[in-house]
Amino acid sequence: MTVLDTAVDPRTPSFADNAAAMSHRLTELAEALEAARAGGGERYVTRHHARGRLLPRERIELLVDRDSPFLELSPVTGWGTGYPVGAGVVTGLGVIEGVECVVVADDATVPGRAANPYAAAKVRRAARIALTNRLPLVALVESDDGEAPADLDAYVPVGGLYRDVARLSAARMPSVAVVFGNAVGDGAYLPGVADCTVMVRNQAKVSLAGPATVTALTGERPDDESLGGAEMHANTSGLADFLAEDERDAVRLARQCVRRLNWRKLGPGPRSPLPEPPKYDPDELLAIASADLRTSFDPREVLARVLDGSEFDEFKPGYGEAMVTGWGELHGYPVGVVANARGLLGSAEAQKAAHFVQLANASETPLLFLQNSAGQLAGAEQERRGAVKHGALLLSAVANSTVPHLAVQVGAAYGVGSYALSGRSFQPRFLFRWPNARTAAMPPDQVSALLSALSQDTGRDGGEPGSDTLVRQRMGAESGALFLSGRLYDDGVIDPRDTRTVLGICLSAIASGPIEGAGGYGVLRM
Amino acid sequence: MIRRLLVANRGEIARRVFASCRAVGIETVAVHSDADARAPYVTEADYAVHLPGNSPTATYLRGDLILAAARKSGADAIHPGYGFLAENADFAAAVTDAGLTWVGPPPKVIAALGSKIEAKARLAEAGLPVLPGYPEPELVEEYPVLVKAAAGAGGRGMRLVREPETLAEAVAAVRRDAAAAFGDGTVYCEPYVDRARHIEVQVVADAQGSVLTFGERECSVQRRHQKIVEESPSPVVPPALREQLCTAAVAAARAVGYVGVGTVEFLLDPAGDFYLSGFNTRIQAEHPVTELVTGVDLIRLQLLVAEGSPLPYPAAPPMRGHAIEVRLCAEDPAYAWRSATGVLHRFSVPEIAGEFRPLPQPGLRLDAGVGEGDVIGVHYDALLAKLIAWAPSRYDAARLLSGALVRAEVHGVATNRDLLVRVLRHPSFLTGDVDTAFLDRHPEVYAPLLSSVDAVRLSCLAAALSGAAERRATAPVLRSLPSGWRNVPAGSQTTVYDGPAGPVEVGYRLDRAGELAHWWVRAVDPDELDLAGLGHVQPTDDHPPVAVVSAQRDRVVLDVTGIRLAFNVHRVGAVSYVDSREGSMALTELPRFPRPAPEPGPLRAPLPGAVGRIMVAPGQRVGAGEVLMTVEAMTLEHPIQAPAAGVVADLPVRPGSLVDAGAVLVVLAGEAR
Repeated sequence: MTVLDTAVDPRTPSFADNAAAMSHRLTELAEALEAARAGGGERYVTRHHARGRLLPRERIELLVDRDSPFLELSPVTGWGTGYPVGAGVVTGLGVIEGVECVVVADDATVPGRAANPYAAAKVRRAARIALTNRLPLVALVESDDGEAPADLDAYVPVGGLYRDVARLSAARMPSVAVVFGNAVGDGAYLPGVADCTVMVRNQAKVSLAGPATVTALTGERPDDESLGGAEMHANTSGLADFLAEDERDAVRLARQCVRRLNWRKLGPGPRSPLPEPPKYDPDELLAIASADLRTSFDPREVLARVLDGSEFDEFKPGYGEAMVTGWGELHGYPVGVVANARGLLGSAEAQKAAHFVQLANASETPLLFLQNSAGQLAGAEQERRGAVKHGALLLSAVANSTVPHLAVQVGAAYGVGSYALSGRSFQPRFLFRWPNARTAAMPPDQVSALLSALSQDTGRDGGEPGSDTLVRQRMGAESGALFLSGRLYDDGVIDPRDTRTVLGICLSAIASGPIEGAGGYGVLRM
Repeated sequence: MIRRLLVANRGEIARRVFASCRAVGIETVAVHSDADARAPYVTEADYAVHLPGNSPTATYLRGDLILAAARKSGADAIHPGYGFLAENADFAAAVTDAGLTWVGPPPKVIAALGSKIEAKARLAEAGLPVLPGYPEPELVEEYPVLVKAAAGAGGRGMRLVREPETLAEAVAAVRRDAAAAFGDGTVYCEPYVDRARHIEVQVVADAQGSVLTFGERECSVQRRHQKIVEESPSPVVPPALREQLCTAAVAAARAVGYVGVGTVEFLLDPAGDFYLSGFNTRIQAEHPVTELVTGVDLIRLQLLVAEGSPLPYPAAPPMRGHAIEVRLCAEDPAYAWRSATGVLHRFSVPEIAGEFRPLPQPGLRLDAGVGEGDVIGVHYDALLAKLIAWAPSRYDAARLLSGALVRAEVHGVATNRDLLVRVLRHPSFLTGDVDTAFLDRHPEVYAPLLSSVDAVRLSCLAAALSGAAERRATAPVLRSLPSGWRNVPAGSQTTVYDGPAGPVEVGYRLDRAGELAHWWVRAVDPDELDLAGLGHVQPTDDHPPVAVVSAQRDRVVLDVTGIRLAFNVHRVGAVSYVDSREGSMALTELPRFPRPAPEPGPLRAPLPGAVGRIMVAPGQRVGAGEVLMTVEAMTLEHPIQAPAAGVVADLPVRPGSLVDAGAVLVVLAGEAR
């Protein structure tokens, strides 16, 4: 076992610069999280509390095991889209009665969720995480009053959620729905498709149509309690399996449901119950990522602050040095690491990484991708060397790898580099970004160089004075971590210091299901 | 020669006698009631005989059963300890009549001294200073007076009366108490000396006629005339007075022909005059202070003279240093000394130098009658243990003793520990300014040790952090991850405890590095307990900044504004016992998810049938489980019971009504709160 050394020196100017830049990004992240936490704003929150109801995060705090960690997923969904940050729903990975679950909790203080396409997408992402990682799903349901998705973008995909949950059940991933408030119209189907349903007396109202709609359509004048009240569903319709006396009682019953799942994880447990923490201070992660993404940095400095005991056994260290591959453990779980080192992906790097991905499949070891890619080497010489062929080799290896993939974008992800290392489109189990991360087809420098070259070619003027700056600004805004996370292109923007914790939670969640490598061929040396 | 000795007693005194027996090779026999079957003194005896039952009158006061036990077990001697039959002349006579050695004074001496009235007369005749008494309560002329049981001992059966109006009631009470405890309801009265000090002299007399004194003890700190702090020597007895007291004690012993170990009690008034107030014919609970300052094993001497041997030396060894004893009792001073019961989950006193024996050098001695896991019941007196400190000076002894008491961990039953610490640290006590009304004059000693707001809060926080550490250490998954980690922190971890001052909620959050990001402790209105744990209430931020140095299940170390403070936490079920230098407290964690009481509402017919009898009327209040009516179906009668207390709001059926399954039979409304 090799313990990584460090070259990080807190006395250098670049350390301070990097830390200052990251601190700025973290402030932006904190503001975004604050917006998510605020839900529908103070007025709605006060009204909600005054009705004796809890906020989604309060319900979750009661639901999960005390002192257990909780990883909120996609917390800033909707950021930069004009829709409320957080999209009016909280999703995350939590531990209930010792069972890792995906938790989905509606925030009824946020209006207009039915018409918010990001709300449905966020919930579906959570359901997807449950499905791919074999995790039970617990949904804390409370829609705002009388909603029906009016917006086609919101309406068309929303049914997919019920399909997802129904398929979860078929795949033996149980779901528990706890109805705290309205679930009228489409929303009624979530408790309908759940394996176990808890409804809160005098609060839960579950029906295909609300009283006003029923009256309008049929002339019937039911009160909402007899139309879809919890007691009716528990005693008459049978839609509710458990009738809770109040919110706290509902949480108790939900925990009881999870306990009685008799859940067993199918993947391996951690190799040691109390693994060694890294030997270096994780706070230094704030100063490792370069303030200027064009300056690459050594991913081993990240690994030294993320892996157990800072131990990392590198594979093929002398070959294809712009890619670092090797083995380590994280919170006791073995991982294979594939990390960009000096930015540009060349043929040797692609072959090395493809080889390593096959090795991880052969040993059924989850893969951790650290993305920091400036793109791929371009030019005639590169093409003659088979740049596309080798790039495709890596894409193919990653695409067909069946061990779980975790990806953290710690810097740039431009061009093919953004998906070769299990970018979003390659569907890693989890993908997180550091706040400094940027993703685009190509770096802003290249875009503006390209634009000016194109304008010279066509003989036209390069545009308005300062257009180059505008391009850079727009590209800057729309390739940033919050912007991407706002569009659900990842599972969250994380504080670099939390990298080890976030990955530890994910690795354990992944081990809820079996970890199986791709078969068919032996490891092909390239 | 004694070969095998039965102790007709229990608890610490039985252990004390057994210890000296072992030291000289005498075999030991215990007798025990049902409740004492697993008591330490029974376990460590060579033989044990069961006395069926629990009440003293069925067990330890049954001389006939004890003699039978001695015969059965082959004991050739009986030691009565103190209390129970220790000063029962009839029992002593029965023992000697049975041909066994009685470890105590001759029965006739016990009889003579047993009646306080008779004893006083006899000692007065011998020219000793005695308090004038009133053999009959009717004769009382001056107040205040003390009403005492003639057969009383150990402070039991005594009452102070300051006005004539309350005399009759006090006399009746003492009579009842004395009859129950000693089997003799005779009472007498004597003048009460205000601000008197209780001084007593230890005497040992052999059958050959020599009488030795072993200095004096002062036992002025008393509660309800029961000693709780005893010391030797007295801080107010100069050598000349000691000489006088000892001379008087020897004279008293000779006057009654005393043989054995005994105690001559005196009242010392503020003027320095003393009165002989009693002669106890037993080993006393407070004998260890004398043993420590003289180095003499009094029980061994007691056995020696009981065997008829002469005292081994012509004069008692000189007194060295100072010894103070406290009686740690399972009783709660804050609640009128209410006896406390429960399981003694932990009983540990740090750095004990020895048990049940004189110590070779100054230090702490523990004479405990109980061990961890013992059930402290209601049958016998509340004494758990005596802790005795011996040090070069009185101040040193008090400091050593209070320090040990603070560090002691006594979990599961309430004790008088905090009061003892407060007494030992009280400026008046430390200057020797004590008298028998010390506790009345210093009510501040009743305050719990853990009195500062921050000390209470920090103990609650420590308990909560210990719970968190335990949950993390036993978590089935994600055990190595940071406790309570959140990427979007929203609330606090909370625990609700029922503590000494009612329910409190503790909130805390740890950051990614395990540092305490914030914490608070707030009182919770018992009616709003359901809101606790939700973080709705933002507590005021007057909490001192605290850093967690370490937090484990059984120990939490906090850095409080730069001062490091350790808390030992011991959890038994829902109860956390928290001990620190600041004091101790027991916190009962309230359930996070209490089962809500079922709400009253409509009760429906469980099956189709006819309503049979109806037992209630609209508007009637009913209790949970009450049968409201019956429904008859298929010749069977089904009772309809109230699921919860409530009021009958609606009664839509009558006897004979035919009902379908699910039909509403009766509607209960919740009672207005």
